[in-house]
Amino acid sequence: MKKDIILCGVGGQGILSIATIIGEAATKAGLNLKQAEVHGMSQRGGDVQSHLRLSSTPIYSDLIAQGSADMIISMEPMESLRYLPYLSTNGKIVTGSKAFVNIPNYPEMPYVQAELDKLPSVDMLDIDAVAKDAGNPRGANMVLLGMAARHFEILSAQQLRDAIRTVFARKGDTVVEANLKSFNAGFGSTD
Amino acid sequence: MKRLLLGDEAIALGAIHAGLSGVYAYPGTPSTEITEFIQSDPLARERGLHSRWCTNEKTAMEAALGMSYAGKRALVCMKHVGMNVAADAFVNSAITGVHGGLVVVVADDPSMHSSQNEQDSRFYGAFAMVPIMEPSNQQEAYDMMYSAFELSEQLCEPVVLRIVTRLAHSRAGVEVRQPMDMHNKGICQDRWVLLPGIARTRYAALIEKQADMLQASESSIYNKIEKGSGRLGIIACGIGYNYVKEALGDEANVLKVSQYPLPENAVRQMALEYSSLLVVEDGQPVVEQQVKSLLGTEFELKGRLTGDLPRTGELTPDNVAKALGVERKITYTASDVVAPRPPQLCQGCGHRDVYTALNQVLATYPDYRVFGDIGCYTLGALPPFKALASCVDMGASITMAKGAADAGFFPSVAIIGDSTFTHSGMTGLLDAVNDKSNITVVISDNLTSGMTGGQDSAGTSKYEAICVALGVEPEHVRVVVPLPKNMEEITRIMKEEIDYPGVSVIIPRRECIQTAARKAREARKAKENS
Repeated sequence: MKKDIILCGVGGQGILSIATIIGEAATKAGLNLKQAEVHGMSQRGGDVQSHLRLSSTPIYSDLIAQGSADMIISMEPMESLRYLPYLSTNGKIVTGSKAFVNIPNYPEMPYVQAELDKLPSVDMLDIDAVAKDAGNPRGANMVLLGMAARHFEILSAQQLRDAIRTVFARKGDTVVEANLKSFNAGFGSTD
Repeated sequence: MKRLLLGDEAIALGAIHAGLSGVYAYPGTPSTEITEFIQSDPLARERGLHSRWCTNEKTAMEAALGMSYAGKRALVCMKHVGMNVAADAFVNSAITGVHGGLVVVVADDPSMHSSQNEQDSRFYGAFAMVPIMEPSNQQEAYDMMYSAFELSEQLCEPVVLRIVTRLAHSRAGVEVRQPMDMHNKGICQDRWVLLPGIARTRYAALIEKQADMLQASESSIYNKIEKGSGRLGIIACGIGYNYVKEALGDEANVLKVSQYPLPENAVRQMALEYSSLLVVEDGQPVVEQQVKSLLGTEFELKGRLTGDLPRTGELTPDNVAKALGVERKITYTASDVVAPRPPQLCQGCGHRDVYTALNQVLATYPDYRVFGDIGCYTLGALPPFKALASCVDMGASITMAKGAADAGFFPSVAIIGDSTFTHSGMTGLLDAVNDKSNITVVISDNLTSGMTGGQDSAGTSKYEAICVALGVEPEHVRVVVPLPKNMEEITRIMKEEIDYPGVSVIIPRRECIQTAARKAREARKAKENS
């Protein structure tokens, strides 16, 4: 079994934390994992992406081949469209619905929506609002991870919750609980 | 359990476990995380390994050579263009030879994710005539540090470890070994005095060693021929091997090359078995050219030079699959509603205020040029500032401004960051002072190496003293605080100094907002824990 995932967003939105948690869960589960990131200049308000590959068999390439990603997980709707050539025919998009506008030529939302509507499987949620309702306004990335967990198959929600506990442990119980709450809000349940 | 490590971190941990005594480096993407890992690793701290940042790659290379002379294992890390800076020391370290193991890690950046060119460091290794290792994955990167230090001590030569961005910045599980003790051979008894007479002898000795280096490659565990069921013969270097295996799996007939000099016998063996060969290498066509000269122009060789793989840019699973004739179904095309989202200076960053002021002042002159340099502030070339005429290499802002001023151009302004100034700007400033060149140098001091993630900057708190010591008149070394509320004062001072016919330096100084925020978070955490 394998899962090839493109994680994307804008520098500073917290996609690397999502990758760290999935990486922790996968390592604990004994899965093979490769996770390619872009560091450096692209962190500063530019588009950022991470290729995340999980498999029960050995993985060679650090990068996902075009046409083969099982999922695109995006903090932001336009960014989810940037990587469409990577998506497999039946691939899923899981994305935050609120535009992050820091460029003058960000497209009108109806155009973005129309592009997303053409795709077979799109799961979209206002992750910022959900995180705020869950009492953790900075936890939008964990809401997104919770949403994605519904489609993961290769890792269970419980394995991801354990990883959240491990990764945030050094930041204290309050932070762990807040992130779990955000995750559960995105996942839609605490089971 | 395996440890999940970036390629950079695997190198760092491998070096520590192989008995390292010190790392010497200047930050540069994608190599920075090697040194950062060593700085925070518990075993490295317990052992007191040297890991403080150096002023530039040349000082790093030389200090490491000194540590090697004293009999200990030393590591030098840099990005590919850093090798240009270290080159004098690096090339001559092959002539002196080394004593304690010396490994030079160079991180190349094909596709220029955050660089000015795509130069391939394997050329430098071949140029200096030393062995090169090129891991294909994170596990190999870790294991190779043991092998590289051993080989370096066995041959008494530096060994280059060449990586690329996709290995440096990709994580995978790594099986780690029991750490070795710190290595100590005792101080070297030879004299490394490269006077011509001695240098000639050492150079002859280096040439003599070439056969041993080749033998080491031919028998290296990192180079191997794998036979598959397919008909095509492939030579795959470093991470190129992964893309071949991704596309062909067990079908691949591949000579995997991860140690150089190129294992010639293995290449000849491949040439006997296959009527044509495809060379898959990330970066420039180094091996392709070597194989061509080895097998002759009659032999059908494919690669980047023949257009079977793109001449520029990094390898990807896609372009390698295509070169191998493997078709993949791509269902969706890029959406044309997607707008580019280039990186930009952070909101609230002091460099922004510097550019706002500079643009305002310079707009009052009929023509002007601002020569830029390497750092976050290079983003001042993009909208909304569009302030820069050039960005070439570390330190070139000052010297190019000087050259333009020497040619009679006015106003000729340089903008350079604090860390870049100490890296390679000071010597250029001395030239300008000696020539009384009519330039204005802005040292935009954010108290850190910002672009690479906030490492210590070598000259912090010393800039005014350095400029005055280099001969800039004290009354023309001006310090301002780049904040919108100070705009009137900043623009007045800029105007005065631009109009001063000679060398003047303006130092806008305000801490990088990223490092300031990080320090505030750490202070808050420390307070909570106390």
